[in-house]
Amino acid sequence: MADVKIEMKTAAYVCSGCGLGDKLDVGQLARIAQKEGKMALVRQHDFLCNSEGVQMIRDDIENEAVTHICIAACSRRAKTEAFNFPSVAMTRANLREGVIWVVAEGAAHDEVRQEMADDYVRMGCAELKKSRMPEGNPNHTQLKNLLVVGGGISGLTAAFEAAETGYEVILVEKQAQLGGWAGKLWKRAPYKTPYAEPQETGVAALAARVSAHPLITVHLNSTIAETAGAPGRFAVKLAQESGSITEVAVGAIVQATGFTTYDIAKLPELGGGLAHVVDQAGLEALAMAANGGVMKRADGREVKSVVFLQCAGQRDDSGQHLPYCSGHCCATSIKQAMYFKDANPDVNAVVVYDDLRVPGMGEDFYRSAQHKGVIFAKGKASSVTTESNGLKVNYKDLILDSGATIQADLVVLATGQVPSSGVDVILWDKLTKEADGGSIEAKQQKSELKSISILNLTYRQGPDVPKLKYGFADSHFICFPYETQRTGIYTAGPVRRPMDIMQATEDATGAALKAIQAAENASLGRAAHPRAGDLSYPIVRLEGCTQCKRCTVECPFGAIDEDERRFPVFNEQRCRRCGTCMGACPVRVISFENYSVDTVGNQIKAIEIPDEFSEKPRVLILACENDAYPALDMAGLSRIVYSAFVRIIPVRCLGSVNTIWITDALNSGYDGVMMMGCKKGDEYQCHFVKGSELAGYRMSKIGDTLTGMGLEPERVSSFEVAITDNAKVAGFINDYVAQLVEMGPSPMKGFG
Amino acid sequence: MAKKNYAFYPGCSSQKGASASNFVPSIGVMCDKLDIQLNEIPDWNCCSASIGYGEGGQLSRLVLNARNLALVEQNLPGQDLVSGCPACWLSTRETAEKLNEVDSLMADTNEALKEAGLHLSGTVKARHLIEVLIEDVGFEAMKEPVVKPLEGLKIAGYVGCQTNRPFGIAGESFENPQYLDKMIEMVGAEAATGYEQKVTCCGGALAFSEPEKSQKQIRDIVESAYDHGADMIVTPCQLCQANVEIYQSEINKKQGTKLAMPVVYYSQLMTVAYGGNSKQAGLDGNILRPQKLFDIIK
Amino acid sequence: MSELNQKAVAKYENNFLREVEERVEDGEWVKMCMQCGVCAGSCPLGNAWEHSPQKLFRMIMAGKREEVLTSDAMWMCTSCYSCIVRCPRKLPITHIMHGLAHYSHRLELAPKGQPTRELARIFWQNLVKTGRVNELKFSLAVYFKDGFVQGIKNLLSMQGIALGLVKARRLNPMEIIGGHKCRDIGGIQKMLAKAREIEDRRQGFTS
Repeated sequence: MADVKIEMKTAAYVCSGCGLGDKLDVGQLARIAQKEGKMALVRQHDFLCNSEGVQMIRDDIENEAVTHICIAACSRRAKTEAFNFPSVAMTRANLREGVIWVVAEGAAHDEVRQEMADDYVRMGCAELKKSRMPEGNPNHTQLKNLLVVGGGISGLTAAFEAAETGYEVILVEKQAQLGGWAGKLWKRAPYKTPYAEPQETGVAALAARVSAHPLITVHLNSTIAETAGAPGRFAVKLAQESGSITEVAVGAIVQATGFTTYDIAKLPELGGGLAHVVDQAGLEALAMAANGGVMKRADGREVKSVVFLQCAGQRDDSGQHLPYCSGHCCATSIKQAMYFKDANPDVNAVVVYDDLRVPGMGEDFYRSAQHKGVIFAKGKASSVTTESNGLKVNYKDLILDSGATIQADLVVLATGQVPSSGVDVILWDKLTKEADGGSIEAKQQKSELKSISILNLTYRQGPDVPKLKYGFADSHFICFPYETQRTGIYTAGPVRRPMDIMQATEDATGAALKAIQAAENASLGRAAHPRAGDLSYPIVRLEGCTQCKRCTVECPFGAIDEDERRFPVFNEQRCRRCGTCMGACPVRVISFENYSVDTVGNQIKAIEIPDEFSEKPRVLILACENDAYPALDMAGLSRIVYSAFVRIIPVRCLGSVNTIWITDALNSGYDGVMMMGCKKGDEYQCHFVKGSELAGYRMSKIGDTLTGMGLEPERVSSFEVAITDNAKVAGFINDYVAQLVEMGPSPMKGFG
Repeated sequence: MAKKNYAFYPGCSSQKGASASNFVPSIGVMCDKLDIQLNEIPDWNCCSASIGYGEGGQLSRLVLNARNLALVEQNLPGQDLVSGCPACWLSTRETAEKLNEVDSLMADTNEALKEAGLHLSGTVKARHLIEVLIEDVGFEAMKEPVVKPLEGLKIAGYVGCQTNRPFGIAGESFENPQYLDKMIEMVGAEAATGYEQKVTCCGGALAFSEPEKSQKQIRDIVESAYDHGADMIVTPCQLCQANVEIYQSEINKKQGTKLAMPVVYYSQLMTVAYGGNSKQAGLDGNILRPQKLFDIIK
Repeated sequence: MSELNQKAVAKYENNFLREVEERVEDGEWVKMCMQCGVCAGSCPLGNAWEHSPQKLFRMIMAGKREEVLTSDAMWMCTSCYSCIVRCPRKLPITHIMHGLAHYSHRLELAPKGQPTRELARIFWQNLVKTGRVNELKFSLAVYFKDGFVQGIKNLLSMQGIALGLVKARRLNPMEIIGGHKCRDIGGIQKMLAKAREIEDRRQGFTS
């Protein structure tokens, strides 16, 4: 327990397997662990990860009351199952991937190789002395039920799938009935073999199953008035149309608020606004009315000729309309053209497309439409005009490279999906600042903005989940598609990217399972993804806090609120343990038990800096543990040689890098610092959204400090390294070391 | 060993005194050595080739080929129809498959066949002689009779179109079939493996009607063989052999080139490797003398 | 305008796609083209035609009857079958090209004097006469298709090749008097006449 002090007893284990014993003087490493590292117990083993070696460590923990262990062997990413000692604090000195596999072969390199290994052992011991075993967030939560926002196909699916796994679900829908857009479709594009015919949507049956499910409570005509709390303890106020409020408490939230259709009135050149020009939703309404019979227009006239214009107001590069592809519209037009052909094969149905995109098994569906005689014309429509009782579509045929005209009774515009994602929190933040500054106008705008909010979060960082491109809710599209920047809240369906019913169904199932995981982890005091299961959590010494608000502003996940006195209030269940707050804190009062300003700072200071005449520069690398560090390990695995002058410390995220580490390193006589993080910007690949961006921003602020120290700004450099960049990362290192050699040794050497 | 029997469809160009008559003797030698018995279909007719479509409608062309298939059913029951000519094989196989697939076409065909006193039930399989060699005989057995390996010869294997597309030899790719190279190596010569004109069209029947377009194709086919250091080109196709061989002099005349690349049949290579003389190999029928084969025979 | 063409125009009005589907060999496949253009890039005579197969298919769907049926594009087909094996939609493109050429020839819309059209006509006449192709007569007919004087010129220009073939016994001058033929030539001719009669009826050329 946290309040029971157990005496710290350290031990180091030096392995000589995997060639370590051949390439290194392991005896010397053991001596360093003992004399410099001050380890109470030091043991060597020639095969540390085998059952005998592991048993030796277990015995020490059991019999010798060892509480802290440093394993000097392979990378912390290797042999994690063997080296799994959950009852002690542990560090790893990476001698295999980090030293013998990357330092050039041959006796000429023996000296630098050994120096590198010596330093890693020093660093492992130094880190260990500042580490504690993570105990887990003591504020455990209880709630494991889910709130699903939205009763369309995504929300219905999420609710049903979660309930089927045994979790209680509260489903909120603002309309008077369940079903959403999918409920308004006559048929859907096929999702079953042979993928040739439109199929029943199945929405009514799903809605009935949801309504009847004993674990699901449905609230119709309802919206969300307020969402407070955190995973495992969300407190949500549901507002009925009548005005009455119901308060519910839930463990996690799935937001499946879907989309609205792009307004065809914005497309007058394509006939938007003319009679008998409809969007795909309008066509579904006509199909519902036809009920399987011949298709008729709103004026009751039978349609003999119909033209579908694809990408209407989409994939637009003029900046006027939606720039993206909504993905489903080609298959939807194919399906709708079949409505006509199936009822009357003599109807002339033409689809004018630029690229026909039918992912999945849509190709078979496309083929089936061609069989039925639907004509596909690669072309670009220029205008739709009224002519007598019909319409005239002018387009350029891109195959024949000539203008063409089709007479039509009805024109269908395949417009795109506009996400229903609520408030833009960046705009919200801007208005908040202006309103706080006294702007009446900003205050007014803020209140208008609030009216479109979906979740009405009470978070300091705004009332809805942050958006990325085009207004879609942000998701880490590569690694964690359902994730938002608000822990415990998962988006599913077209609110996070354009998609069709089949994709939305899969999406909703995935999001429901992620939401369950989040609630379960919160109940165990553990982190959610991506450090799922991590028991460490941010600990803040409020007595040292200067209320600067950097942590509350910079937390990518809105985990930190502020109290009335502007002190940070940590909601640990919302925290992803990235350490961005720790990197931000100028007074260094935020830390984790096994990751802190001291655990890293101590490593930086532990190494031996050769003097300026030795021609042995030292370069500190702070490497993101998610991408750059694995890439460095992979370089080792591929035996890609890089300079033996670097010393690498993995960090949880570049966002957690506190500038004190940089100044400490340069003060100690390092010649340069490389910061390796993930891709930033709109296509970011950072697991914690903006780590490398923040690091870049913070480092730009210490340029003056460097100049003040008489150092060139190039002595601190940032690099984007993806997990696959194993060859590239070695190139970065070698080029940078060469650059430093040219620059000459750091003038700070000898002062450290 | 018992001989394997096949209904043989020689095709118009393999008749005596016709453009592929030099193909015939080597086929005889090769089949003898490999225990293949070819039984000529009595009174066979033209397949309509790949140019028959202009005047002849689909049914007329189907009926022509159906007559040959019906003759096999009637006179050589149980035997596969085998042709050494890709155009004959292709037309016959297309017909056999189409008629078995579309009942109405089979009915129409039989109505027309009745005029010639025949009926087709659709039991005959149409095969290429190369298929017989590879599938029924096999490379090992084909190699056995080799007594004079064609050592020191480098040969460009030119497969052409219709042996290769749309049916081709089972298991081979349309873009880079390997069997002809394997046959070259089987007789002890070296295959010009990088020969990129392996499946290029020689112009086919358009050699007559569009000579310039066709000769452009032929020039590429021959020049590439030179580029790869080939001593000669080998082909399984009668029209390829004739077009690529005959028009080299014409190209030389018009374009000032000095092309003189011998073009032989695979069966001629096999006959020489099996110890046959130049007459048996039909080498006197080649316009561009394949001197190196004559040298090996000596 | 030929009578057959007039009748066709009257029958199909503006629905050229349906006309092709009903009357052209494998024409029902045309609508399955997805306009990828692999056929165009695969054709050895790619620089010789005005319209690629892909474009011809689109023209058919767009109702450009006259332009399609008077084009010489489909007469450029060498029957190499590259388009067929590469078509991702498995359209029998070569057959459709043959079918279009044949149909345009039947309606007498195909370009007059188009060399491959003439070659095809002569080939068929040659074949129907004996049941087998007589290469000598076929070649002579091709060389003399543009008249006697041009024929002599053609012949002189090719005499080197012809002599080479004669010497190699691959062209037999004696074929001019007789040559190879089928025994049952009567049956073959009756059979072909019947086939034509059935096909004309099926395609609606005759009632």
